Amino acid sequence: MSAPLKTASRGDSVPTGPTVDKGRTGPGDERGEGVVLNVFSHGFLALWALLIVLPLLWLVLSSFKTDAQIGGSAFGWPENWTLDVFSRAWDKGIGDYFVNTVIVLVFSVPLTMLFGSMAAYVLARYPFRGNRLLYYFFVAGAMFPVFLALVPLFFMVKRLDMLNTYQGLILVYVAYSLPFTVFFMHAFFRTLPTAVFEAAILDGASHTRTFFQVMLPMAKPGLISVGIFNTLGQWNQFILPTVLMQPQSGDDPERYVLTQGLIQLQQQQGYASDLPVLFAGVTIAMIPMLVVYLSFQRQVQAGLTSATLK
Amino acid sequence: MRKGQNRFVAGFLLAPVALYLIFVIWPYIQTFGYSLTDWKGQSQTFSFIGLDNYTALFEDDIFLQAIWHNILFLVFIPVITILLALFFAFMLNAGGRGRAGGVSGVAGSGFYKIVYFFPQVLSLAILAVLFGAVYRSDSGGMVNGLLMKLGLVDESAPVEWLNEPNMVLWALILVVVWHGVGFYLVLFSAAMQAIPRDIYEAALIDGAGRAHTFFRITLPLLWDSVQTAWVYLGIAAMDMFILVSTMTAGEYGGGPDHHSEVMATVMMRNFLLYGRSGYACAMGVVMLLLTLIVSVVMLRATRRERVEF
Repeated sequence: MSAPLKTASRGDSVPTGPTVDKGRTGPGDERGEGVVLNVFSHGFLALWALLIVLPLLWLVLSSFKTDAQIGGSAFGWPENWTLDVFSRAWDKGIGDYFVNTVIVLVFSVPLTMLFGSMAAYVLARYPFRGNRLLYYFFVAGAMFPVFLALVPLFFMVKRLDMLNTYQGLILVYVAYSLPFTVFFMHAFFRTLPTAVFEAAILDGASHTRTFFQVMLPMAKPGLISVGIFNTLGQWNQFILPTVLMQPQSGDDPERYVLTQGLIQLQQQQGYASDLPVLFAGVTIAMIPMLVVYLSFQRQVQAGLTSATLK
Repeated sequence: MRKGQNRFVAGFLLAPVALYLIFVIWPYIQTFGYSLTDWKGQSQTFSFIGLDNYTALFEDDIFLQAIWHNILFLVFIPVITILLALFFAFMLNAGGRGRAGGVSGVAGSGFYKIVYFFPQVLSLAILAVLFGAVYRSDSGGMVNGLLMKLGLVDESAPVEWLNEPNMVLWALILVVVWHGVGFYLVLFSAAMQAIPRDIYEAALIDGAGRAHTFFRITLPLLWDSVQTAWVYLGIAAMDMFILVSTMTAGEYGGGPDHHSEVMATVMMRNFLLYGRSGYACAMGVVMLLLTLIVSVVMLRATRRERVEF
C-alpha cells in the first residue's frame, strides 16, 4: 500500500534520457513529428490550465468589485482595492461558520485518526477469531451511498439529543471516516517489521505502550496521508451537516459549517444583493484548502489516489 | 500474556466498532425496515405498509424523471472525464519528444499536475457558488460576458445556462468534468509510471508512433485504473446532490420545472421538506440498488484479460 505513495512522490515523469533538450536531434522524421506534437500537446495542456485558473482568479477579483460592477460587465477591473469586503464577509457569518468548522475538525480529525489506527492496528497484527470478518465489515461501509443512511441517521442523532450540536457532528464524521482510515492504516501497519514489535514486547512494554510509543510513530507517513485526506473530506462535507446541523427551535443557535454557510449566503443573496461578500466568503473558504494543498500536494494526491487504487 | 492480549484487542476495538455500528451500520439496516412503513417522521407511530412505497415510487413521475437524469449523467460524465484525463495523462507522461529511444513527459508536467488537481480539494459548495457566478444569466456572468464580448450572444438575450431546460444538465456536467479531470489524471499518471520504461523503448525502436504506443501499450496496461475510474465516476453520477440542489432553481434544486431533478434531490425534499421519511427511505434503497447494478454492469462491461508486466 505504500507503493502508490512512492509512485506519486517520485513526482513528474522520469525521463530515461537527458531532460528536454531542444538542441538534440532524434532520428530524422521522429523529430518533425515531435515538434508538431509538442506544440499540439502544450497548447491543450496550457488551455486546460487556463480553464482551471481563470474562473478562480476571476472570482477572487470579483470580490473587490461593487455590486453594480459585478452586474455590469464580467470583465471590468475592480476600481477600489480595499480589504473591507473581507471583514464584512467575516462579520456576515463566514467567521462563525469558519469557527464552527474548525471546532468540529479539531476534534473529529484526531479522533478519526486515533480510532481508525487503533482498529486497523489490532486487525492488522493480532490474529483472532472473526478478524477478517470485522475488517470487511469496516471496509464495506465505504461502498454504500450515504443517502441510504440519512433518514435513520437523523433520528438516531435526534434520539441521542445531539442534533445541531458539535459533538453529534464530530461523532458522525468520525464514524463515516472510519472505513477509509481503517482500510489505509491496516495496509500500513501490515508492512511494519515484526522484529521491532517483538523487541518492544521483550523489553517489557505493554501492548498499549508498544502501540503508542513504537508502532504509531513508525506509521507516521501513513498517518500524515490519511490525516490530510480526512481533513479535506471533513472540511468539504456538505450532506451530513445539511441534515444534522439545522437549528431545532427558535432559540437554538445557528451552527452551520463553512460549506453550509456559503450556500446559505448564496441563497440569501436573492433577497439582499451583496455579491462581493459572497465572493469574499468563497475566497476565505478557499485559502486554507489552497495552503494545505500546496504544502502537502504530493501527499494529497497520493492519499486521494490510493483511496481508489487496489 | 494471552489473556492480556485478548483484553487489549477488545479494548482497542470497542470504541471504533461501537461508533461505526451506531452511526453507520445500524442506520443502513434500518433504512430497509423504514422503507416498508408510512412513517412521517414526527412521531414514533407508523404502520407497516409492505411494498406500497416502492409501487408509489414507480408512479412518481418526478422520481422517474430523476432516474432518467441520473442515467444521462452516468453516460456522459465518466466518458468525457476519462477521455480527457487519459489524454492529458498521456501527454504529461509520454508526450515529450522521443530522443534516442527515450520517452518522457512534456516540460512542466509537474506544474500541470499541481494546477489540474486543485479543483479536487475545493468543496462542492465552493464550486456551486463559483459556477453560479460563471453561469450568471446576464453580462455579469463569465461565460455570457465572454460570449457578448465576442459578439456571439446578443446583449438583450443572454443564455440562461441554468434555467434553460435543454441546457441545465450540460451546464452541470461541465462542472463535474472541470472538477474531476485532475484527479483521474493523477490516478492514470501513477499507473503509467508503473509501466516499465523498456516496454516503451522497445516499441519506439520497433518504429511505433505515439498513437500506436498509446493504444497498443499504454491503454491495455492501464485498463485496471480506467475500470476503477469508471466505477467511481459512475457512483458519483448517481449522487449529484450538492451541485443540483445548490445551483438549480427550486427547494433542494431540480429546476427549472424538474428538468435537472436527480434521485438524491427528490429524496431530500421528501425527507426534509415533506417529512415523508418512509417514502424517502424507499428512495434510498432504490438508489443503493441502482448504484450496485451500475457498478456490477460497469465492471463486467470493461472486463478484459489482465495484462501482466
